[in-house]
This record gives sequence, structure tokens and C-alpha cells, in this order.
Amino acid sequence: MAMRNTTSTTRRKFLHIVAGSAVAGAIPVVSTRPAEATPAMLTAAIRNVVGEAPVRAGKVKLDIPPLVENGNTVPMMVSVASPMTAEDHVKSIHVFNEKNPQPNIGNFHLGPRAGRAQVATRIRLADSQKVVAIARLSDGSFWSATVDVVVTLAACTDEVL
Amino acid sequence: MAQTLVNVPKKARRGDVIEIKTLMSHIMETGYRRTAAGDIVPRDIITSFTCRFNGEEIFRADLFPAIAANPYLAFFTVATESGKFDFEWIGDKGFLETASAQITVE
Repeated sequence: MAMRNTTSTTRRKFLHIVAGSAVAGAIPVVSTRPAEATPAMLTAAIRNVVGEAPVRAGKVKLDIPPLVENGNTVPMMVSVASPMTAEDHVKSIHVFNEKNPQPNIGNFHLGPRAGRAQVATRIRLADSQKVVAIARLSDGSFWSATVDVVVTLAACTDEVL
Repeated sequence: MAQTLVNVPKKARRGDVIEIKTLMSHIMETGYRRTAAGDIVPRDIITSFTCRFNGEEIFRADLFPAIAANPYLAFFTVATESGKFDFEWIGDKGFLETASAQITVE
């Protein structure tokens, strides 16, 4: 019930993509896929935050292990390249997922006083999927990073014993 | 009574960027799990975390069921003056926990 596994990406393809990125030095994969490729709920959740503004890839770094053994607790760190001055700073960071029951993971509100635009937490992933981080800058622009994560043991959304 | 762990440097130089780490014990029940009988286990999560310095909000997070149990949050701030950090966690079922930490800025 909890899994919304509706994309056509097969496990084989997925592993292939991730293996490719691992060869490239474990650099987070910045998605260049068209917007249609993302499931509707993820797109809707992102639109809720950014409205009609364009979201460009870049500036944001999403650190998350590409291969996760236990989806119940996955370390995640988002950092944004920003001088964090009064004129040019990150206002908020929003993290989304593709296949959990809910597309939102967390919204983090910061300001020039933060000194460094970086947030770390631990998240749950119910399936191998894409995680997207979007930063809202003080000039109103949005920047994003996308990482594909393979989860071997999914976060427990099954029955409680 | 929930267990809280807050890590703030005791001392810093003015202008230093310091890291603040917080950990709060909480089940973060997603509301998507079921009991053996098939009933949904009601959602019970922390929905909001706020950090204030001398009363001014410096960091806030909205949390969702996709945050792991015992939410850990690490973020940064600039040490401007000596004072007090206040932390607040708000959640379902009337959950409210607070913590505070002092810093000396030279």
C-alpha cells in the first residue's frame, strides 16, 4: 500500500545508473531528465514550494550514500554554495523523495545569520529512489540537486508484529 | 520525558561559524504502518523544530514522516555575541520539548 512504484525504471536500469555514477567518483548525479520523468506527486510537492519559478540544477550539493543497507535511517547532508551575506543568501532548503508514501522529507529555513548553508539529518527511504534537494535563494531563484539512492532494506512501512 | 541532546560549543570567537547538533528521542511513527490486525498505527511525529538565539529565530525545520526516528539535526550559525540558544521541538499528540545552551563569545 505504501509503495508507489509506478515508474518504468527497472531494477536493472537503476543499478546500471548508480554503478555509472559510482565510477564517476561518487559525485551526486544531477538529473538532466525531463520534468515528465518525475512522478506526479513529487512534481506537485516541488511546485507547491517553487510555484512557477524555474528550478536550475547546480549550487546545491546533496550528500547521501548511493547504496543504503537500511532505509530506516539514512544520513543526509545538503549544502549550498552561497556567501551567506545579507544580499546573497539561502533562505530555505527543501528535500523531497520520489517513492515514500509522502513526497516531502523536510523544509529547513535559514538566513544570512547561518554563516554556512548546510543542514544534516537522517531520513527514511521506503524504496530505491531519487532524492531531490531544492534551495531558495534570497534573489528568488531556485537551485536543485538530485541523487539516485539504492536501498537494500526498505524503511518499515509493513505491518507491526 | 524525552531525552534531548544538544551540542553547542561553549566558547567561540566573534565571527566564527559554529555548528550546532541536536538529537531528540522520539519514535517518529509514520502513520503508514499497520498492526497485525490491520489497523493503521496513528501518526506520531515531531513536526517542527526551532532554534532561537537571544530570542531571535535563527533556524527552523518542518519535519515529515520521512525523517528517521530520534530526529538528528545539524546546522550552522555565526557567533555574534555571548548569549543563550533556545531549542524547541513541537509534534503530534501535544508533544513539546525544549532545551537551551549558553555560549561565550570573545
